[in-house]
Amino acid sequence: MFEFTGKLKRTTFILMLIGAVSIGASFFVGGEHHEADHTEHHESNAHHEDGEHHEAEENHHEEANHESAAAGHGHGGHGDHPYHADPSEGDKFHKGASRSTRDHNHFYASEEHHDAEHAHHQVANKPWANLLVNNFFFLAIALGALFFLAIQYAAQAGWAIVVTRIMESMSQFLIIPGIIMIVLIVLGLGHSHHIWHWMQEGIMTPGTENYDEIIAGKQAYLNGPFYVIRAVIYIIGWVGAAMLLRKMSKKLETTNDPNRLWVKMRNLSAGFLVFFAVTSSTSAWDWIMSIDTHWFSTLFGWYVFAGMFVSALTVMTMLVLFLKKLGYLPEVNHSHIQDLGKFMFAFSVFWTYLWFSQFMLIWYSNIPEEVTYYMARWGEYKGLFFTMLAMNFIFPILILMSRDTKRNYGFLVTAGIIMIIGHWLDVYIMVTPGTVGSHWSLGLIQLGTFLGYAGVFLFVVFSSLAKAKLMPEGHPMLQESKYHHI
Amino acid sequence: MATTNHQHPPIINALYDDDDVLLKGVKDLKAKGYTIAEVYSPFPIHGLDHAMGLKRTRIAIAAFMYGCLGLITAISLTYGMMIVDWPMNIGGKPSFTWGENMPAFVPIMFELTVFFAAHLMVWTFFIRNDIYPGRKAQNPDPRTTDDKFLMEVELSGDKEELMSLLRDSGAIEISEKN
Repeated sequence: MFEFTGKLKRTTFILMLIGAVSIGASFFVGGEHHEADHTEHHESNAHHEDGEHHEAEENHHEEANHESAAAGHGHGGHGDHPYHADPSEGDKFHKGASRSTRDHNHFYASEEHHDAEHAHHQVANKPWANLLVNNFFFLAIALGALFFLAIQYAAQAGWAIVVTRIMESMSQFLIIPGIIMIVLIVLGLGHSHHIWHWMQEGIMTPGTENYDEIIAGKQAYLNGPFYVIRAVIYIIGWVGAAMLLRKMSKKLETTNDPNRLWVKMRNLSAGFLVFFAVTSSTSAWDWIMSIDTHWFSTLFGWYVFAGMFVSALTVMTMLVLFLKKLGYLPEVNHSHIQDLGKFMFAFSVFWTYLWFSQFMLIWYSNIPEEVTYYMARWGEYKGLFFTMLAMNFIFPILILMSRDTKRNYGFLVTAGIIMIIGHWLDVYIMVTPGTVGSHWSLGLIQLGTFLGYAGVFLFVVFSSLAKAKLMPEGHPMLQESKYHHI
Repeated sequence: MATTNHQHPPIINALYDDDDVLLKGVKDLKAKGYTIAEVYSPFPIHGLDHAMGLKRTRIAIAAFMYGCLGLITAISLTYGMMIVDWPMNIGGKPSFTWGENMPAFVPIMFELTVFFAAHLMVWTFFIRNDIYPGRKAQNPDPRTTDDKFLMEVELSGDKEELMSLLRDSGAIEISEKN
């Protein structure tokens, strides 16, 4: 039995307090003080080319970067705003394409008005975007753990049964970021923030100033009621599966016929995996991809899923090592640890594969409406973009390649910390360019929000770990898992 | 024959019909200080290499180096062909520096890394195990390709003692290798 000691509780409470203060401060600073915001930006980002930024800033209202964008495609003054890229080129070559014509296009409809309004939105978005990044990152960890748990049952796998209680506890956290997600969506529809650009008033109504033909074309999928219904379905489906699996796993201990119940759990898991296969993609489109409303990528759902799964595996491994360090989980042997390390390694490579597949196709074809996504991440965010890539690919592959490092706690923890930060940055880079543009910052507020979420997450995980035995007694494959040896 | 006998101690063959019995026999003999020269089995037996006291394979290190070799080959190949020798404009991509064009070369880099690692690893395995086309089979008993297991023990000390040890461990046939 795991004991959630007072010391651990205090630590999680301190983390939660830091988070609450950071989120409060982000709303206090982010919404009101433009100047403070800018200085913070410059101070907190050492690897950012300041000169280029100022230049871009000056050009912002004059739209002077159109010429350079059209001349040197892919380099130069693109840092400012992804959507203002090369309309002149577009006019010349794509007369028929609605993206490049100024009529009926939101971004070219009224530049001066729109720019001022957009800059205001971007600054006001900062605290909300920060919340979304952390909320989605931790939701992904809990959801990834639930996915891994369901796989153990559906595949009738034996090796990982000694760590299933950890996956169960992680998945119990799902409900908290799930509810916050729905609140964020409802607030967005109520125009409290502008994270999802398509929620703007009049954007789908022909004739109004904000009208955008492309976004209006997506109305069948991207509309308020359907969006909320979808989100509610996702959360209910995921949380329901997490709670049912937890309940049944506890019942295995007392039931007369564990094999029968186990078959039921297998069926439930298989059903959940089908649901998850669809909803993991659609939720990624809804919550992340629709930020850059004009842009689309068919691979996006998988790419987000890969990041989700590898973050969950990493956090899970860290939790196992932590519990082992406290003297729990004597049943988890070196083979289990090595297998978890293998999963971390393998899915880092899988993430890179999907990331690169998406990037290379867009880079290669160089179609304006697709390439805007990477344009926005190439200018302002270039440093972060490559740092994230190194942290999520080069470090894990080099650290975790060898058998010995996968059995060494020091190496595993080092790789794990790098990967957690790296995948947090990945989510940050998915969300931030489309929501706050050039007004991004990476400082104490972001760190504090992350720690706050970590505090709530650890509190939920440790409390649910303390509520049941660490070994799922009665599981038909527990004995096999204890003898796991590779 | 005399010279080989001089170099190697005589070998006793013990045939088993169960892998668990064989594994236990290997462990018992190792504990008594005997050297197991080789074991023939129709399938891999979990934990046998450890029980026989075999050293861990270093083929992983070789594979890593072969992979690096493949990566370097791919980089020089693409650089030589696509940048230096005959720069080609494919899809309007900048073909003047390798770095600007790198994403297009990643599939080649990946494939050659895998190709070199996989193929050279196989050849390394063959060479280290003295396997080559046309080599005569070394199997002392063809039944080990079906459902029997054979253990070769180096004879040290009293022969009768070893024989009785093997009989007690559950061997169904014991013979001296000639």
